Amino acid sequence: MSQEKQHISSYTSHFVVLITLIILTGISVAVTRVEMGPLNTLVAMIIAGAKASVVLAWFMHLKFDNKLFAIFTALVLVIFLLVLYVTFFDYSYR
Amino acid sequence: MSETNTTNQHVSFLKYQGKYKGLLGWILSTDHKRVGLLYLYTMLVFFSTAAILGLLMKLELIAPGMTIMGPQTYNAMFTVHGIIMIFIIVVPGLPAVFGNFFLPLMIGAKDVAFPRLNLLSWWVYVIGILTVLSSQFIGGWPDTGWTFYAPYSFRTPVNILPALFGAFILGFSSILTGINFIVTMHRMRCPGMTWFKMPLFPWTLYATAWIQVLATPVIGITLLLTVMERVMGVGIFNPAMGGDPILYQHLFWIYSHPAVYIMILPGMGVISEILPVFSRKRIYGYKAIVLSSLAIAFVGYFVWGHHMFTSGMSGRALYAFSFLTFLVAIPSAIKVFNWVSTMYKGSLNLQTPFYWAVSFIFVFMIGGLTGLVLGSLATNVHVHDTHFVVAHFHFIVFGGTGFSFMAALHYWFPKMFGRMYDRTWANTGWVIFFSGFLTLYLPMFYLGILGMPRRYYDYLPEFHGGNIISSLGAIAMIAGILIVFVNLIRSSRHGEKVTEKNPWGGRTLEWQTDTPPTLENWETEPTVTEQPYEYK
Repeated sequence: MSQEKQHISSYTSHFVVLITLIILTGISVAVTRVEMGPLNTLVAMIIAGAKASVVLAWFMHLKFDNKLFAIFTALVLVIFLLVLYVTFFDYSYR
Repeated sequence: MSETNTTNQHVSFLKYQGKYKGLLGWILSTDHKRVGLLYLYTMLVFFSTAAILGLLMKLELIAPGMTIMGPQTYNAMFTVHGIIMIFIIVVPGLPAVFGNFFLPLMIGAKDVAFPRLNLLSWWVYVIGILTVLSSQFIGGWPDTGWTFYAPYSFRTPVNILPALFGAFILGFSSILTGINFIVTMHRMRCPGMTWFKMPLFPWTLYATAWIQVLATPVIGITLLLTVMERVMGVGIFNPAMGGDPILYQHLFWIYSHPAVYIMILPGMGVISEILPVFSRKRIYGYKAIVLSSLAIAFVGYFVWGHHMFTSGMSGRALYAFSFLTFLVAIPSAIKVFNWVSTMYKGSLNLQTPFYWAVSFIFVFMIGGLTGLVLGSLATNVHVHDTHFVVAHFHFIVFGGTGFSFMAALHYWFPKMFGRMYDRTWANTGWVIFFSGFLTLYLPMFYLGILGMPRRYYDYLPEFHGGNIISSLGAIAMIAGILIVFVNLIRSSRHGEKVTEKNPWGGRTLEWQTDTPPTLENWETEPTVTEQPYEYK
């Protein structure tokens, strides 16, 4: 296997990611106190998605890796979201 | 990567002596070819077992009333038949056997990307099988059907847990194989083999591998939730506790419909390999076949609801799923068109693999067209849960995967074992199998339209005639299977020796290496300069 160039993240960027995740966790807890009906689930999913994106991009180095991996990850997320959408399409109209 | 030395470099993988000898030399080998054969032998044993269970069911149905078994035994029979055939045979089927054996050979690699993970996937597979089989000794065979539907699966008095855990473990084996294949195709193609110079069987394995990796975790989670429902009563599927049994069906089919494409896509790849070789003609529409494989894999994720048309889903969801189901027929039809066009004006070489391949197209067409009856909302309601569904399912899954598996076995047999089977017996076996298959399953369409429900050990006297024909077909089909298996098993040891690299005149890379291949497949790494299937 050839020696490939590896990106090494700085402590500062890890720290910023950590703070971001803590803030987003705080928001996801706080938002449960606001009554929005079915939208509560949607907001919780969006915050969780944002947290997962931060972890994927910085902790798992997707941001610094070959773009192909980012494309595949995005495609998988699209499939996942479509499956969720189709499932809840049934529940919304039942 | 497997270890080798210069003295073993030219030795067939079948005769290679590594660190371990005898049986250990096989069950601890990381060579992709030996792992492929380990899967093959395991599957032959369990396919035979499940086929016998199927025959016993058909014997029960040869006359109304109790013939050879009661209702509880019949319920257990169709459940175990389904679990073995689906989770142990057709889901791993072609990728585990022929994918493992031929993927590295077809892309010019020495092995898969992770040989040890590959061997681990077989061991996980065996552990999964043993877990399923342990049902017999802890609480009796499961009786819910292979779908483990809620609320049956958490209310049945028999112990369903070993079967649920077994299917869960088998899923891990599937995921490991999928990951291995994706990485292998991305990283280990030989020089010159661009994506659009890759043969079609690896392409279908690639599409399949993505389904294995992405869809299998859903069934894992669903089965674990069912275990939790049964053991802890968490109330997620139990309507008495506020749960939703239809959610189980959604989750189950989110995996299990794409799983149908795990079963059928590699089969389509095999047919796309065989037809150009035996038509002596370039495959018609290479890129269309590649793109249709990827389209099937993608659209196949969103059609699962057609298994649930009578379950109580919302009307709008029914329309959406029916529409999506019709969409997935388009790429499948593209493939059939391309296969027929490949044969058109070809110089046909009528050999056993070709017979299996063309009969695949025939049964797949019947399965596909009857699938339109089931995909349409109005007609689905009438034939739902009847023998029509059983017939359609077997035309697709057994007709699709089974015929293509047999086609692959007869096509690649000389390369795998360095011997040729008896062609007369092979053709005889095919004729009897094919006739038996049609006699067994065609009457089921008629019985289903008349209204005979599936999964009952008994039926009304008016269904007797169709059932007699169907049961006789089952006996004929089993006779055909026996002839095929005995011929192949005998020929693997005593068949005429094949030393030439390319007995069929194939154009893909696996035919450019030794017969049978050596441990590391290639003396020098091959370089690809032209498209596969270039017949001039």
